[in-house]
Amino acid sequence: MSESTPTAAPAAPPAGVLPEVPRLPDVRVDQLAFPHRDTYKQMVAAFRDAGFETCADLCGVDYLTHPGRSLPEGVAPERFEVVVNLLSLSMRQRVRIRVQLPESDPVVDTIVDVYPGADAMEREAYDMVGILFTGHPDMTRILMPEDWEGHPLRKDYGVGRVPVQFKEAPGPR
Amino acid sequence: MTEHEHDDEREAGPDAGTESVEPGLEETEAAHRHAEEPAFVAETSEGAQELAARDTTTAGELRQEVGAVLRLPEGGYVDPGDIDIERRDDQTMIINMGPQHPSTHGVLRLMLELDGETVLRTKPIIGYLHTGMEKTGEELTYVQGCTNVTRMDYLSPLHNELVFSLATEALLDVELPPRAIWIRMLMAELNRVSSHLMWMATNGMDLGSTSMMIYGFREREMVLTFFEKTTGLRMNNNYIRPGGVAADLPDGWQDDVEIICETILARTYEYDELLTGQPIFRERTEAVGNISAEEALALSVTGPILRSTGVPWDLRRTMPYLAYDKLDFDVIVGSYGDNFDRYSVRLNEIRESIKMIRQIAEMMPPGDYRVQDRKVTPPPRARIDESMEALIHHFKIFTEGFRVPEGEVYVAIESPRGELGCYMVSDGTSKPYRLHIRGPSFVNLQALPLLLRGGLMADAVAVISSVDPVMGEVDR
Repeated sequence: MSESTPTAAPAAPPAGVLPEVPRLPDVRVDQLAFPHRDTYKQMVAAFRDAGFETCADLCGVDYLTHPGRSLPEGVAPERFEVVVNLLSLSMRQRVRIRVQLPESDPVVDTIVDVYPGADAMEREAYDMVGILFTGHPDMTRILMPEDWEGHPLRKDYGVGRVPVQFKEAPGPR
Repeated sequence: MTEHEHDDEREAGPDAGTESVEPGLEETEAAHRHAEEPAFVAETSEGAQELAARDTTTAGELRQEVGAVLRLPEGGYVDPGDIDIERRDDQTMIINMGPQHPSTHGVLRLMLELDGETVLRTKPIIGYLHTGMEKTGEELTYVQGCTNVTRMDYLSPLHNELVFSLATEALLDVELPPRAIWIRMLMAELNRVSSHLMWMATNGMDLGSTSMMIYGFREREMVLTFFEKTTGLRMNNNYIRPGGVAADLPDGWQDDVEIICETILARTYEYDELLTGQPIFRERTEAVGNISAEEALALSVTGPILRSTGVPWDLRRTMPYLAYDKLDFDVIVGSYGDNFDRYSVRLNEIRESIKMIRQIAEMMPPGDYRVQDRKVTPPPRARIDESMEALIHHFKIFTEGFRVPEGEVYVAIESPRGELGCYMVSDGTSKPYRLHIRGPSFVNLQALPLLLRGGLMADAVAVISSVDPVMGEVDR
């Protein structure tokens, strides 16, 4: 693993490798990209080939009650978002990829075959937000019991819906 | 006996009872027990999350369960013959380990497929400690948030608070006074020492060295006593908060810290004598649970496990936060990625942390321990009696909290277990819109099938221990 040894000075990412997608400048991350869900997997693979060795994080976000977020031109806001944070050890860079997914069809390609480490993270996103990843070998719940109804981190999922049983109220006498 | 044979016998049991002319008392009891068994099994079942027999498992899932990293970042491929997915079911046995097993460090449940004593497939089943902390975090203000996140990784609570505070401050765009930054570093490094000591203790216990357990807990208690003196609590401190820390260091803290450094550093050399050179310990740890750098990177593994494979990746050095770029320390790496390397990385990280703590104690700048912005931190208690403004600010912060500008941020720090990340989305109110914690233990657990494959059942306990999963953080 000599090429990923982060002793050399960080190099710039190779130009022209990455697919053209809407981007936003952000001071808190090196790159911020907004691919369409059809080009999402292709883009993640391109980043992997460009030297981003590790998928640091993947999570789903439900924007149902959010008043509005800043998105680049050409990206229509949808209810769900899948947020992927990739990490390059050799370049010491982070990139964040945000994919919009409609409420009616929250389905996106899996990236498990690109980054095997995304396995548990995608299962968590499915369990918590209800996003389906096509091609994932084991799309089951991971934190909640298998027979749980609903996806807890959705904004329309009521908090404290589990009925609490109190003692029977005392009768008149 | 395989699973299938066992099932056949179980079904044959009641039938045999009805066929006999006069069923004896023992036989009817046996039939009752068999009849009750399925209901009991169903109660603890996680259904599709469990490890299934080979003939009902797809090839992709099988590959995951044997820990195959089929597509490596460098484009290399693992030979499919190597992962041995063509084996028949009747030669193997699926057994269940946990969730209540003393060696699984909490409520981790593993399902293992064994051939004799050799582990073929593993599937970690988690969620037994799930408390919905991410959902709870959406209902708490940024001021209250620290009390929530500090309970995730209960062995390094200060790192949880730190990452939450750093994410909030990145969205708020506030700059901290230097003393707050250095106090945070001091506490974080002390916490790393206590967390690694706890790991040394439990790892020693898992390998049968009960003396190591006693020693590890004894030394850890020194650090926790200092935490109690500084923060008021041994664990779940709620000390690092957005805008700084909750209180200044107590009088005479330099002496306390120096005693801790001196004692623990001397004790680490005693651990060397107890474990490092000991033949039994080395037999149990060397060349057990190997992982290569490529596999670790592909599986998103970070922290001591990644460093044990020889990758010098430590966020304190490679992506410095706080003021770690002003400290002089070494990043400890191993070479083989086995249990012993993970042990030595952690043992030497204790020494490096002590080196850092001494530098921090020397260079601790004077000044404020929190930012003097009344919109973020409450006024001093004495000001409330004198100033109406101070009273209003105090009231507003503790009832409504402060508003954080709309935006999203991902902040990562090096916790004792690896990259601890916090992805925070704000909608401009005083509560996070979405709070996602990237727990290093949660991600590192994915390496278990790979680490256990081909190893012995008796080594499984040692391997689980060397991954150092904290279930509070895995399940959140």
